[in-house]
Amino acid sequence: MEISVSVNGTDHRSDVEPRTLLVHYLREDLGLTGTHIGCDTGYCGACTVIVDGRTVKACTMLAVQADGQSVQTIEGVANGDELHPVQEGFWECHGLQCGFCTPGMIMSSIALLDSNDDPTEEEIRHGIEGNLCRCTGYHNIVRSVQYAGARIRGEEPQGASQEVSS
Amino acid sequence: MYPAKFDYVSPSTLEEALSILSASENAKVLSGGMSLIPLMKMRLVRPTTVVDISRIPGLDEITDEGDHISIGAMVRHADTAASPLVIEHAAALAQAAGATADIQVRNQGTTCGSIAHADLAADQPAAVLALGATMVVASLAGTREIAAADFFVDTLTSALTPEEILVKIKVPKGGKSAYVKLGRRGGSSDYPIAACAVWVDASNGTVSDARIAVTGVGSKPYLAAASAQAVVGTDGSGDAIAEAASHATDDIVVLEDLYGSVAYRSHLAGVYVQRALEEVLA
Ligand SMILES: Cc1cc2nc3c(=O)[nH]c(=O)nc-3n(C[C@H](O)[C@H](O)[C@H](O)COP(=O)(O)OP(=O)(O)OC[C@H]3O[C@@H](n4cnc5c(N)ncnc54)[C@H](O)[C@@H]3O)c2cc1C
Ligand code: FES
Ligand code: FES
Repeated sequence: MEISVSVNGTDHRSDVEPRTLLVHYLREDLGLTGTHIGCDTGYCGACTVIVDGRTVKACTMLAVQADGQSVQTIEGVANGDELHPVQEGFWECHGLQCGFCTPGMIMSSIALLDSNDDPTEEEIRHGIEGNLCRCTGYHNIVRSVQYAGARIRGEEPQGASQEVSS
Repeated sequence: MYPAKFDYVSPSTLEEALSILSASENAKVLSGGMSLIPLMKMRLVRPTTVVDISRIPGLDEITDEGDHISIGAMVRHADTAASPLVIEHAAALAQAAGATADIQVRNQGTTCGSIAHADLAADQPAAVLALGATMVVASLAGTREIAAADFFVDTLTSALTPEEILVKIKVPKGGKSAYVKLGRRGGSSDYPIAACAVWVDASNGTVSDARIAVTGVGSKPYLAAASAQAVVGTDGSGDAIAEAASHATDDIVVLEDLYGSVAYRSHLAGVYVQRALEEVLA
C-alpha cells in the first residue's frame, strides 16, 4: 500500500505492507535506527516517536495509520550539530547509562516540556510514566528534564556541575 | 513481532465502513489500536480485513446535547480526560480516562475502543456503568441504543455484533461521580487490581439514587447493586458507606492472579468502594 509520511520534515512516499509496524518502517525502510524496540508490546516506551504533535509507541502503530501524518524521531530533534536542550540536559546531567531507553525518554520529555516548560518533579515523573529505564533509577533523568526546562525558559540550568561520585 | 497478513481499509464514511464489516467474514474495527494491535502481533487475533475508522470525519467530537454529553468513537483517552465538558458532567469518566494506561497509550487509545474491547479490568467501562451511559451502535440495519448495564457481557465480550460499530456514547448529566483505582504499578498506572466508579444523586442531604461499579475484581466490570442499595435513602454517613463497602463483591466470583489473591482483591474492592463514596459524599 502506498503511504506518504513526513518524517523529520522530509516527505517520504513508500510502498508498505499493511502489517508493517511504524517502528519497522522507520528503522528498516528509512534506516532511522535511533528509535529502539525494547519490549515490543507497548509497555516500555523505547519506541516512542511524536506523530502529529503527540507521543505514540511506534511498535503498536501500523505505518499505514501514519499515512498523511508528520512523524518526529530522535534523529530530527537536534539542530545540525547543536543539541536540543533535552539532549543537552541528558548529556550534562548523566541522564543515561546504557542509553537504550534514551531516544524514547527524550521524545517523551520533549512533548512534556512543549506543554509545560516548568514542570515540578512530580509532573516530570508522571510525564515519563510510559517510558521504562532499567539503569538510572530515573533520578538523573528527572534532573536532565529540569535542566532542559531551564534552558528552554532561557534561565541558567542548575545542578549540571554536580559531580556523580564513583 | 508483527501481525499475520491482512487487508487494510480506511473508509471516509460510516456507511462505507459498515458495508465492509457486513460483507467480510472476519473483519475487525481499528480505532486506537492499543488493544487490537498487540493481540494481532501475538497472533491471538487474525482478522482478514482491518477497518480503520480514524479517518471518518466527525467521530472525534465531544458535544453538549442538553441533558447529556456525547463522546464520539474516535475521542482518545487523553481528550476525554482533558475535556471540560466531561470533567464537569461526568467526572468519573474523565478520571477513569486519565487513569488509563500511560501518556502514549492515552494519546492513541479511544474511550469507545476501551468500552468495545470490554477487558475485565478496563477503567472506563466502570465509569460508564456508574454514570448510566448509553452506547449508540450502528450497523447497515440501522442504529440501536444499549444501556451500559446490558453492554458488558463477559470477559472481552460485549453486546456488539461483528457487523456493528460503537459510534458514540451518551452520558447523562446530573449527580456527582468519581473514580478511584489501585493500578498494578501502584498509583493509577496500568490496569487496576481493583477500582471503583460511583455516581450519586444527593442534592438535599439524602442520597436519593446511586450506582456503584467495580472493575479489575470479577470476570467483567460490574454494578454492585447491594452496595448502591446500602447508601440510597441514607444521609451518606460513614456507617452507610461502610455498609456499602461490605457488599462490594456480593454474588461475584473474585479473580486471583499474580497481582492479588481472592482475599486481597475482595478486601480491596471494599476499600475502593468506600474511598469512591467518600469522595462524592464528603
Ligand atoms: C501498555 C498498555 C497499557 C494499557 N493499560 C490500560 C489500563 O490501565 N486500563 C485500561 O482500561 N486499558 C489499558 N490498555 C488498553 C487501552 O486502554 C486500549 O486503548 C483500549 O483497550 C482499546 O481502545 P482502542 O481505541 O485502542 O481500540 P482498538 O485496539 O483499536 O480496538 C480494541 C477492540 O475493540 C474493537 N473496537 C474498537 N473501537 C470500536 C468501535 N468504535 N466499535 C466497535 N468495535 C470497536 C476492535 O475491533 C477491537 O476488537 C492498555 C494498553 C496498552 C498497550
Ligand atoms: S518497544 Fe514499543 S513500547 Fe516497548
Ligand atoms: S539508560 Fe539503560 S535503560 Fe535507561
